[in-house]
Amino acid sequence: MTGYVLRRLGGALIVLFLLSALVYLLFYVAPGDPAKLACGPRCNAEQIRQVREQLHLGEPLLQQYLHFLQGLVAGRDYSTGTGVLHCHAPCLGLSYQNDQPVTTLLASRLPVTASLALGAMVLWLLLGVGTGLLSALRRGGTTERVLTVLTLAGTATPVFITGLLLLMLFCAGLQWLPFPTYVPLTEDPEQWAWNLLLPWTALALLESAKYARLTRSATLETLADDHIRTFRAYGLRERAVIGRHALRGALPPVIALNAIDLGTMFGGAMLTETLFGLPGIGRLTVQSVRTVDLPVVVGAVLGIGAAVVLAGAIADVLYALADRRVTLT
Amino acid sequence: MTADLVEVRDLAITFPGGTGAVDGVRAVDGLSFTLAAGGALGIVGESGSGKSTVAAALLDLHRGTGARVDGTVRVDGTDVLAAPDHALRALRGGTAAMIFQDPLSSLDPYYAIGDQIAEVHRVHRPGTSRRAARARAVAALDRVGIPDAARRARSRPHEFSGGMRQRALIAMALACEPRLLIADEPTTALDVTVQAQILDLLHTLRAETGMGLLLVTHDLGVVAGSVDEVLVMRGGRAVERGPVGQVLGAPREPYTKDLLAAVPRIETARGGAAALPAPRAALHAADRPAAAPGPAADASAAAPPLLEAAGLRREFGRRGRRTTAVADVSLTVRAGETLGLVGESGSGKTTVGRMLVRLLDPTAGTLHYEGRDIGGLGERALRPLRSDLQMVFQDPVSSLNPRRTIGESVADPLRAAGGLDDAEVRRRARDLLERVGLDPAWYHRYPHEFSGGQRQRVGIARALAPSPRLLVCDEPVSALDVTTQAQVMALLGELRRDLGLSLVFIAHDLAVVRAVSDRVAVMRAGRIVEEGPVDAVYDNPQHPYTQGLLTAVPVLDPQAAADRRARRAAA
Repeated sequence: MTGYVLRRLGGALIVLFLLSALVYLLFYVAPGDPAKLACGPRCNAEQIRQVREQLHLGEPLLQQYLHFLQGLVAGRDYSTGTGVLHCHAPCLGLSYQNDQPVTTLLASRLPVTASLALGAMVLWLLLGVGTGLLSALRRGGTTERVLTVLTLAGTATPVFITGLLLLMLFCAGLQWLPFPTYVPLTEDPEQWAWNLLLPWTALALLESAKYARLTRSATLETLADDHIRTFRAYGLRERAVIGRHALRGALPPVIALNAIDLGTMFGGAMLTETLFGLPGIGRLTVQSVRTVDLPVVVGAVLGIGAAVVLAGAIADVLYALADRRVTLT
Repeated sequence: MTADLVEVRDLAITFPGGTGAVDGVRAVDGLSFTLAAGGALGIVGESGSGKSTVAAALLDLHRGTGARVDGTVRVDGTDVLAAPDHALRALRGGTAAMIFQDPLSSLDPYYAIGDQIAEVHRVHRPGTSRRAARARAVAALDRVGIPDAARRARSRPHEFSGGMRQRALIAMALACEPRLLIADEPTTALDVTVQAQILDLLHTLRAETGMGLLLVTHDLGVVAGSVDEVLVMRGGRAVERGPVGQVLGAPREPYTKDLLAAVPRIETARGGAAALPAPRAALHAADRPAAAPGPAADASAAAPPLLEAAGLRREFGRRGRRTTAVADVSLTVRAGETLGLVGESGSGKTTVGRMLVRLLDPTAGTLHYEGRDIGGLGERALRPLRSDLQMVFQDPVSSLNPRRTIGESVADPLRAAGGLDDAEVRRRARDLLERVGLDPAWYHRYPHEFSGGQRQRVGIARALAPSPRLLVCDEPVSALDVTTQAQVMALLGELRRDLGLSLVFIAHDLAVVRAVSDRVAVMRAGRIVEEGPVDAVYDNPQHPYTQGLLTAVPVLDPQAAADRRARRAAA
């Protein structure tokens, strides 16, 4: 197990290394002069030349990439003209917009994204596994058909439609909930939850259909297994047969899929964050793409990549823990 | 109220039919029988006879499945079919416990074995603490002979061997001290030596606890030593019922006689078919391979070797967890002879079979075909030889492509060989179907439309298509009923004689191997422990392992079965 995790992490590092090279290449071939972008619209030619110097933009591509890698591993110094700004390792560069280190920007946005992703996960698991289980037990009945239509509708509706409808209904119409703003959990847990309730719901409605279908098929598969017959033949109540044995057998794939989804969510749910005005990583990414803040875009893409790759490894480990017959080699 | 533990009267069970079958399938049709307290009844029959359906009806496991169950079933005084749910739950596991064929899939893979037994115990003894239930589970595991039960109770099913899993399931059955044990094919998935252990265990437990036993099996040898009375079923009805010695020794009904005639006997030498009961035309018993040994029996020693393997070795897995499936196997197949390869599961016989036709590459060792080294040949160089070396697989269901018609499946190797136009390929495929006893007009049908025996015939036709010289048959009849098994064995014997084929016949069933082979090799843990002419090995085994295997084989005579059990107990 330990050996597997180490090997998997090594693989993840290689993937991230390749991703960084690819993103850096895109960065380099992107239209527009980075120096001009970094300097801002009011700069004159001399200022732009200085910025180009500071950012080592005149150097060959490989040299620049090595600087970038060096920053990641050991940190890097930027001269600001008046002084030197040290960017601690892992340094992903400085934002063109406000000269803040990209890592600081990402770190400040992480709690928002994490709050959104984890809360939504709880909801979509409850909703998805619940409806999946119910439709497996009511197979072929009206309940199942209604649930199938509802979950499909949830998946088929884009999150900005669901989100807008939710906002209109609960914030504008009924006025049960505030228009979401982010309140840190550490400041006021109650307000944190109230404000995030709608974004959670919007995301959960979108995601839960997948879990409903997966839970349904996995439960039906387990219900057909011989060991279910064994426990029925030994006088267990149907509730115990399903709750303890059928659902348990259906869980490993759900757990594994959930780890991957959560990883993706940590990269930021861009639409949801933008719609609800939540200052998370997704929104940061969208903003920096709009303003061509290339260091932030590169940092965000690498962050998302790291989250997804890590989630894949975690999913495998969790699957093996949930199903001991699986050995990781 | 009667004193009978089980009383079944006019039982009829109908499963809802698919499209077309309006009335559904009548699996059991007017069956009545009784079992006295503490008695043991065996229900035998071929697949589809309804025997397992009856066993399930004793606990009304059909409730809620849509099956229609008529008649009455009483178990220990409870009217099972009419009982309310709570009374039925109390009966299930409490009064009557059931064990199943496949002990791996019958236990929940996600929980420790001890916890599963404890859970069942707590259902029937409410108020038992978790601790006490666990202790009870450990005691039950200990009683069925699981070594180090306290520790092994924490293992999950996949960490147990097949025999231990079945012991664990028996422990679960014992946990609530039932009055009746229903065993549905309890040893079918097990090796012959393990089967003997499990049957001995059931015998001992019955003597100790006085519980009744209802044993459902297709294997007449299994009932011989384990029950007092036998009920033979066919097509959902009782054919014959009586004391085990009488039914197996002097059957009255023609069907029972057929069934017994089709069972391969371990004690019968190949030429000794005349000693068998008069063969019946319905079973094609006339061409039983035992009656058609072919000319090879005498000529084998003189015939040139066709395939020679020396020091074959095969390992699987990567560095850390490498396992050796075949350690060191050397054998020779002569032209026109049949070499039997017997061994228990995991002995490496299938791996050897696959290496012989180069489906698997040996890790070490040499393989000579007609004197030519083919062990190291690459895929391209091997291709012309592929048609000479063919294989027939165990499972006729999964070894045929369900989306291809049987004719196309047979035609595939002809097309792969090339050089024939399509009309000729089809003509030959039809000829092959006819050759193995299928109607060539069935060319366009799909595998699911055929019975197991017919599908195995398709598999044989496909293997014959490239005109092979050597046919490796890997458990070709294990998945088949005895009567079908006899027919397929007859077909193989006939093909060998007519086409001059050499056969390598891999099987775990010692009696089957004896019936078809000229020479036999006994495998254990990746090595051949004994090899020789088939009669010499069976009548005078030299290696202790072979001797153990042969004494574990169930025999049809109840008295002989009891003697063997006593001998095993003494050993």
